[in-house]
Amino acid sequence: MKAHTLSVLVENRAGVLSRVAGMFSRRGFNIESLAVGTCEEPNMSRITIVVLGDDAQIEQVMKQLNKLIDVIKVSDLTYRESVERELAMIKVTAEPGTSRAEVMQIADIFRAQIIDVGSKSVVLQVAGDTKKIDALENLLRQYGIKELVRTGKIAILRGAKTVKSSK
Amino acid sequence: MKTGAKILIEALQREGVDTIFGYPGGVVLPIYDELYDSSIRHILVRHEQAAAHAADGFARASGRVGVCLATSGPGACNLVTGIATAYMDSIPIVAVTGQVPTSLLGNDAFQESDITGITLPITKYNYLVKAASDLRRVVHEAFYIAGTGRPGPVLIDLPKDVSTDQVQDTTSISETVSLRGYQPTYHGHIRQIDRALDLIAGAERPLIYAGGGVIHSNASAELVAFAERIMVPVTTTLMGLGAIPGDHPLNLGMLGMHGTQYANYAVTECDLLLAIGVRFDDRVTGKVATFAPNAKIVHIDIDPAEIGKNKKVDVPIVGDVKAVLHVMNDRLKKTGRWEPWLGRIRAWKEKYPLRYQDDGRLRPQHIIRELSALLKGEGIIVSEVGQNQMWTALHYTFKKPRSWITSGGLGTMGYGFPAAIGVHFARPSEPVIDIAGDGSFQMNIQELGTVAQYRIPVKAMILNNMYLGMVRQWQELFYDRRYSYTELPPVDFVKIANAYGIDGIRVDSRDDVASALKAALDTDGPFVLDFRIEREENVFPMVPAGAALNEMIGVRQP
Repeated sequence: MKAHTLSVLVENRAGVLSRVAGMFSRRGFNIESLAVGTCEEPNMSRITIVVLGDDAQIEQVMKQLNKLIDVIKVSDLTYRESVERELAMIKVTAEPGTSRAEVMQIADIFRAQIIDVGSKSVVLQVAGDTKKIDALENLLRQYGIKELVRTGKIAILRGAKTVKSSK
Repeated sequence: MKTGAKILIEALQREGVDTIFGYPGGVVLPIYDELYDSSIRHILVRHEQAAAHAADGFARASGRVGVCLATSGPGACNLVTGIATAYMDSIPIVAVTGQVPTSLLGNDAFQESDITGITLPITKYNYLVKAASDLRRVVHEAFYIAGTGRPGPVLIDLPKDVSTDQVQDTTSISETVSLRGYQPTYHGHIRQIDRALDLIAGAERPLIYAGGGVIHSNASAELVAFAERIMVPVTTTLMGLGAIPGDHPLNLGMLGMHGTQYANYAVTECDLLLAIGVRFDDRVTGKVATFAPNAKIVHIDIDPAEIGKNKKVDVPIVGDVKAVLHVMNDRLKKTGRWEPWLGRIRAWKEKYPLRYQDDGRLRPQHIIRELSALLKGEGIIVSEVGQNQMWTALHYTFKKPRSWITSGGLGTMGYGFPAAIGVHFARPSEPVIDIAGDGSFQMNIQELGTVAQYRIPVKAMILNNMYLGMVRQWQELFYDRRYSYTELPPVDFVKIANAYGIDGIRVDSRDDVASALKAALDTDGPFVLDFRIEREENVFPMVPAGAALNEMIGVRQP
């Protein structure tokens, strides 16, 4: 079992997300994360899905995705040169005094930004690969994470190549 | 200016639709009003499920797209079983449903159901049309999607205001549909085809395993030509019966759970399996690890997702079966030599023929063989699901493709009788017989009303054992004969038929079978035959669930 990152280009139409998500749950495939948004083409959206499975399972996932009429192209970025990022916002308990200073120091090391400050908490924004965000989350846990939001991973090929242009 | 309903009817006519099966209701009133004086013939069924099955039967018998129509809410929901049946067997139908007006969508309005949501996993595609100006394109796309590639059902949900809206019908639509996310592959990859031919040349014990894909792609002639040229025996799935004539010397009949003994032995022993238009369903493979354990596998199918889904394949060929077989027949240079293998198969066929006890009692196998002898491969046999279906699959000799109409994948009891209605309208000059059980027949018995109203000459042949026979068989074999809720009280089907104005005969004796069948076939209108068969007759051979194909019960053991 390995986590694969799939970049899926779809028609920007009502119901597309439920078609994709429904196929995963119906066939028992495990979605680790899913991120969806508009892309460079006006009538298309791009869904980035991280899915767990062995090679045969991932092949089935890709074939089943391709079978959906609203899916235009499916690419597995796992074994290709790509950059992957995720964004998280973390609300951490940080009373004025030592803990707040420590939290801010940790934020600094992770190049996270403080985007909101309250009397008893701060909100950090961090972007990076999944491991980096996991590490930051672990470090901050001792101060008390009140709320955590992650976008799910997005990915893009390195260099001039695009998912659309390559086979 | 035209209403959405008018645009819909015109769009259906443009697709060549002459018959639709449906049931009216509140939000489809505008559509029914357009139908009232249109050239399209509408067949009024007695339950929407029957409309979907009839459209499906029409599609299977004709190879064209079948159409059904129902109102919103309960009407649409009643189509669901029929749509799922068509989806599992890759049958092209277009289901049109009414929907509450767009202003009420999502409000839990009267007779509202989210039918596009409900049918998402059982349609190839579906549409909720929000503007009448989209209708022409949507209908054109729906027929294209349903009928091309791996066929399947498409649903069009039509809110009432979209049907009544007046729009300028000026949108020109191109004849060819182009969908960037849907481009089926029809032509097999030449290198893979050559690899398959190389495997054939090197094989010692090859076998063809052919299925519904051969029927859908109208490739029976190509299949038989291919088999004859390379002299390789053919076993078919339930859906593939008729792809090769049942009396062809290379035909081994059906394989799988209720396959013939020789077909199942051949699969287990073969060293090359040529899988054509099939999907390695669990009812075919039994325990998948021991299915064709010694064989290299070539898999030809139009749906890439079927290749490697259940069983690892050595040579995948994605393409239309007819196109691929055509190229294979063309490029075939030399074939292997497997006289010893053909000899072994002949010996199996002689030693382990299909058997049943013919002891003068009224046994279903005899009735089916008698019908087969009478019809000689002419006409169309429809079945319900269960023992009636398996006895027919085993004992009837199908000689042509599209002469066998049955619910395979979903196994829908109650399918046959309404499907037979659709079959008749697809091929009105041919005899249509629904072989039923008393359980299945009662699932859509109300369609006697439809058959009576239009004098549809469908013959219902009920193999009446007063049990849900197949379930009872499993209880007998695997649950210590504890017949939990499988016994049905006797029903006088002839009286029920008579109440609808339909003739019928009850048959209690083996001696009366031939004359009763002749009487039914000689009747111009519909007919009901109530055969009181041996109550605890079983379907054999049988591979218990989860066993290997060569571990059959109810057969002479080697």
